Amino acid sequence: MTAQIDVTNVSKSFGSLRVIENLSLSIPAREFVVFLGPSGCGKSTLLRMIAGLESVDEGEIAINGERIDHLPPGKRGVAMVFQSYALYPHMTVRQNMAFGLENVGVAKATIAARVADAARMLEIGHLLDRKPGQLSGGQRQRVAIGRAVVKEPDAFLFDEPLSNLDAALRARTRIELAQLHQRLRSTMIFVTHDQVEAMTLADRIVVMNNRRIEQIGSPMAIYDRPATRFVAGFVGTPQMNFLDIRGAAARPEGLEVRLGDDFAVRTRVDPAAAERVATFGIRAEAVQVRPAGQGDADGVVDVLERLGDRALAHVRLADGAVVVANEIGQTRLSVGDRVALRFDADKAHLFDAAGVAFHSRSAP
Amino acid sequence: MTDRADQRARWREAAGADAPDWRNALFVAPYLFVFATLLAFPLFWGVWLSFHKADFFSLGPFIGFGNYVRLFHDAVFLQAIENTFYFVLLTVPALALIGLFLALALNANTRLATILRSLFFSSSVLSVTIVTLIWRFVFIPQYGMLAAIFSLFGAEPPAFLTDPNLAMIAIAITTIWWCVGLPMMLFLAALQQIPGDVYEAAALDNASRWRTLVSITLPSIRRTFVLVAIVEIVMQFQLFGQAWLMTRGGPNNLTRPIVLHIYDIAFRRWDVGLGAAASEVLFALILVAAMLQYLASRRGDEP
Repeated sequence: MTAQIDVTNVSKSFGSLRVIENLSLSIPAREFVVFLGPSGCGKSTLLRMIAGLESVDEGEIAINGERIDHLPPGKRGVAMVFQSYALYPHMTVRQNMAFGLENVGVAKATIAARVADAARMLEIGHLLDRKPGQLSGGQRQRVAIGRAVVKEPDAFLFDEPLSNLDAALRARTRIELAQLHQRLRSTMIFVTHDQVEAMTLADRIVVMNNRRIEQIGSPMAIYDRPATRFVAGFVGTPQMNFLDIRGAAARPEGLEVRLGDDFAVRTRVDPAAAERVATFGIRAEAVQVRPAGQGDADGVVDVLERLGDRALAHVRLADGAVVVANEIGQTRLSVGDRVALRFDADKAHLFDAAGVAFHSRSAP
Repeated sequence: MTDRADQRARWREAAGADAPDWRNALFVAPYLFVFATLLAFPLFWGVWLSFHKADFFSLGPFIGFGNYVRLFHDAVFLQAIENTFYFVLLTVPALALIGLFLALALNANTRLATILRSLFFSSSVLSVTIVTLIWRFVFIPQYGMLAAIFSLFGAEPPAFLTDPNLAMIAIAITTIWWCVGLPMMLFLAALQQIPGDVYEAAALDNASRWRTLVSITLPSIRRTFVLVAIVEIVMQFQLFGQAWLMTRGGPNNLTRPIVLHIYDIAFRRWDVGLGAAASEVLFALILVAAMLQYLASRRGDEP
């Protein structure tokens, strides 16, 4: 009922277009893994290769140690939930769920029992005799999940299954998927470009960009210690602030960098990186708004986004760069105010020209 | 807004927002004119004619159902009805099935499939004269292609165009060859409407090729099957050219279709009233057949 999945040195091209480049990944049994990345990064292709819907050009894919990349999709012990659900339109919900089991000759009584179980779990019992055309988007989604659940697969594959739902339903279904994983303890792979889905669902996130893996780690590791500038910018809302570094100097407690119109921030990054660092990155919640003159740098409030529990102040510094700061509670700021920004240097990240990250030596 | 537009807006307001703006009728007027003069009027005029003794120069006396009574005592007309039904039975199922088979076989994105699709459709663009000429070359005794093939094996070729049992089959084969392009195209269009991920789901559901065809593909194109059946019923009931050019309705009137009979009555014997009555009978037959097919397909089709 669960599977360890190993992807080894896999490459894939469509014609002359390379979409996956020598990629390796190991997913332990029972893990909920999310492939996160922008459109076209290869995450869906990787999922479809595991499902058997795309061939593997080079490399191997194994489930529980057994190589499966040459097997047809039905023989791999995986079930998939499609973005568009892909329900069989002329079959009832019950027939949709039973179809895969009938094809492998499962006894009728077993099929009926499994369909009933899944229907109860997903609360679609009253829909069993309807056809997909008579269901709402959320109901179709549940049927699609039900169709996967009844097969009792070793691994579930989800290809952006929430992207066709409205915001409220998406949030609810997200929680239900997490509960489903708790209950079934199956390996699950979930593809999305939505970092909130990735952060909330994943045991581990695989951040992909441009044909390869940028970072693999727990949601908090990805958030706190992004391996590259791409990961730092892609994960987190609002996006991490990036400032160009004008100069760096080694200090005993860490690297001091000069930013903007020449103000200094003393980070706790290993001074050995002094020659390489090019960009300074800091999240909005590590930037504090203070009265003018009492912080690291002064600026003017350009835009104010009030979110209720907090506000995002977009502050323009003297050199024109804009830094977003997170103000907890109801802010008293208004647009045009002169303020100072104070950077929490422990939570600063530095990146070299190629995007490789350096973090504080002690865990922040 | 100009003063006039202003005024018009006020009128419309006074008449209620849903009041029709009759100037819009101008947009449909050209079509309505064609529809009324070339379709609706002839339809009713034909019915009216069929109750009269008429020729091309004058509308004779009103004779009620006299023409219809004469028709149903005309052994040749009854034979023509039987012939037409036989022909429809020979061609429509074959066209639907062969069209479906070709569509399934050629629903691929390869160069060969593209070429074959155009090839199978190309016969549809030929005129009936060319088509019957080609097939007369095939069927003609002694010199025809069939004759040549049969003589290779030292056998006597069947006389397709003169044998009472084979003549209609020859016309049916010709017609199927000529007409199979349209059903194939309609089925291809329907097949391409089926989303690819449904097939991917079926592959993950361990469905064999046969099971995929029977449980996914065929149910998805059922509506097109009905469409093809109705279109072909309507078209093949109107058989004329092939029979006229290949057999002249012979031997012994066994390939004489209804339309050929109408042509004979109205345009060769100048009995226009009787011809109109025969046309109405054909119209009723086509209507009933198409409706039956439609209703049969609707059964078991939930909303």
